Amino acid sequence: MDFITKLLAATIAMGTSLTFATIGEIYTEKTGVLNLGMEGTMLIGALSAFATAYNTGNLYLALVVAMLTGGLLSLIHAFLCVTMRANQVVSGLAITMFGTGLANFLGQRLGPVANGRNLVGVNLATKFDNIAIPGLHDIPILGAFFDVSVLTYILYLIIPFAWYFMYKTKHGLAIRAVGESPRTAAAMGLSVPRIRYLYTIIGGMFAGIGGACLSLSFTPSWNEGMTGGKGWIVIALVIFSTWNPGKAVLGTLVFGGITSLQFSLQAAGFKMVIPTQFLGFAPYLITFFTLSVLTIANQKRKGAFASPAALGTPFAIDDK
Amino acid sequence: MRFVIEKRDNKSKAMAFAVPVVSFIVSLLLGAIVLAASKVNPFEAYGAMINGAFGTARRFQYTIVESIPLLMCGLGVGIAFRLKFWNIGAEGQYIWGAIGITWVMQFWKFLPVTMLLPVGLVVGMALGAVWAGVPGFLKAQWSVDETLTTLMLNYVAIGFAEYLYFNIWKAPLGNMGTPEFPQAAWLPSIWGKVHSGLYIALALVVILWFMLYKTRWGFELNMIGKNPKAARYQGVSIKRNIVLAMLISGAICGLAGSMNTAAIAHRLTKGVDGGYGFTGIIIAWMAGLNPFASIIVAVVMAALTTGAGQLQIAMKLPESMGAVLQGLVLIPLLAGSIFTEHKLKLIKKEAI
Repeated sequence: MDFITKLLAATIAMGTSLTFATIGEIYTEKTGVLNLGMEGTMLIGALSAFATAYNTGNLYLALVVAMLTGGLLSLIHAFLCVTMRANQVVSGLAITMFGTGLANFLGQRLGPVANGRNLVGVNLATKFDNIAIPGLHDIPILGAFFDVSVLTYILYLIIPFAWYFMYKTKHGLAIRAVGESPRTAAAMGLSVPRIRYLYTIIGGMFAGIGGACLSLSFTPSWNEGMTGGKGWIVIALVIFSTWNPGKAVLGTLVFGGITSLQFSLQAAGFKMVIPTQFLGFAPYLITFFTLSVLTIANQKRKGAFASPAALGTPFAIDDK
Repeated sequence: MRFVIEKRDNKSKAMAFAVPVVSFIVSLLLGAIVLAASKVNPFEAYGAMINGAFGTARRFQYTIVESIPLLMCGLGVGIAFRLKFWNIGAEGQYIWGAIGITWVMQFWKFLPVTMLLPVGLVVGMALGAVWAGVPGFLKAQWSVDETLTTLMLNYVAIGFAEYLYFNIWKAPLGNMGTPEFPQAAWLPSIWGKVHSGLYIALALVVILWFMLYKTRWGFELNMIGKNPKAARYQGVSIKRNIVLAMLISGAICGLAGSMNTAAIAHRLTKGVDGGYGFTGIIIAWMAGLNPFASIIVAVVMAALTTGAGQLQIAMKLPESMGAVLQGLVLIPLLAGSIFTEHKLKLIKKEAI
């Protein structure tokens, strides 16, 4: 029982970062923009949040700065893909390359003089600690959901809102229209470029928070490349949750659970039946099969599952 | 008065030349701003990078060695890109090439030592081809999104390779990965650090250029990419060509992996996921899918990596500056790419 509670707590802690970024990327992709720059954007978020928290001691300011830097990096992607109609795959990879390089570079520039201006190895005076809700956190197993950081409590509010906004408001309808059929959306009087810009930037802000969750709460520190591929798991999670912000939680619990399981089993001294590396790549393999099976099933039963139809394609009103 | 972007009737040849040149100049300026902001003289920094990449025979050799796998991955994915098939799985296909040659070197003891290298390269190619062929088939048969499937499979390959070199294929002694390949089966050197893989890569450039520009098959690939409807009317099989292009694409990336492993690490070990596959995508795109242009682009991207090492030594700048500059080379080029097929038009007054 104790083992399961600990596993769940670790899953939630890691899942918080993943879910923020996944919700962001879902909104971006729903408008038809594929942002493969998540890994670099999360890393920039992690770095800028940590540097701000270290130099000012203000965690909430750090969150705001992470949102700004994540949003700025995604603004470049939006400019290239929407205004300049550049190739989204190449642009996303460029953003990851640039963001990763810049974060690692700044990490050696924004630290204390005593440490050679390096942020690696310095500690924060404060971090986002877990807050237990009296009574609720005593519930067996599920109590783990009520002994989490402020970031996770904020996420609890964001998840239902993100689902409601996408499926029950006219803004959500506009997003989906732009991603499914930009031509129709434009004919309806919607500005396709404006909506794509807006949600690409918002997606980047969420990725920035996702990164900040890592450096301010999950493992409060800065390390070069500390996202360690989480940005790619996010791309997988978006598919796994079939572009539905409500289902993103389910995905993160499964994926975060698999990843935490590696560490928990090792820590508990279990003799590993499944090699740790297999647990490491399981999320990607599961996503590969999910995508393939659902696409094939969809060919027979229309409408059950589909990626946004215009995903990855630039839009111009004059194109024929 | 406002500007609009309008489609050109034909691709502009002048722009195809001017855009990369202007973009590169813009990149240098942007880079100079970043360098100046970090309190470094940009001229000195660029000088140090050029010196670091080409300054001595040995540095020049490192730059060439670094550019070989980049060039090959670029060539590999470029074939699929002609069909507008987004193979971003080069990284995984490269790794399967490395796994393939390690399998042969370590376990195919029945082969004479002289045969290990050629057989290993072929097995590496075959595994790379299979790893690329699966998403190719899924796309051709059921239109499963290839960008996402190939991307996911990269991380399966990375994890599986780690399982091999840290577990079941691990050398009994040390923690370096699999046992070292027999020395007689290494890819021979031709000039210091430069290995004979250079010949293979350059031969591939010529072969692919011929196949893509001078044969009917190359013409078919182009037609499918540009106008699939027209291709279908001409009786070109799109499904067959997608699978075929992906098999070749994966085979070349697999060869890059097996070749590089036989030339440098001589074993499957940590760092096999060096990102050549991802940079290869960027190289193919920057070169406009042209095999000869890929050579120049691969050398430039390799030089940014090797030159960054010198930035660290001579200018005390973090090596990650190399990645920043690589990103800065790409961003203006991505922004400028629109002008080969579009033009800016000034509209003086809206006529309604």
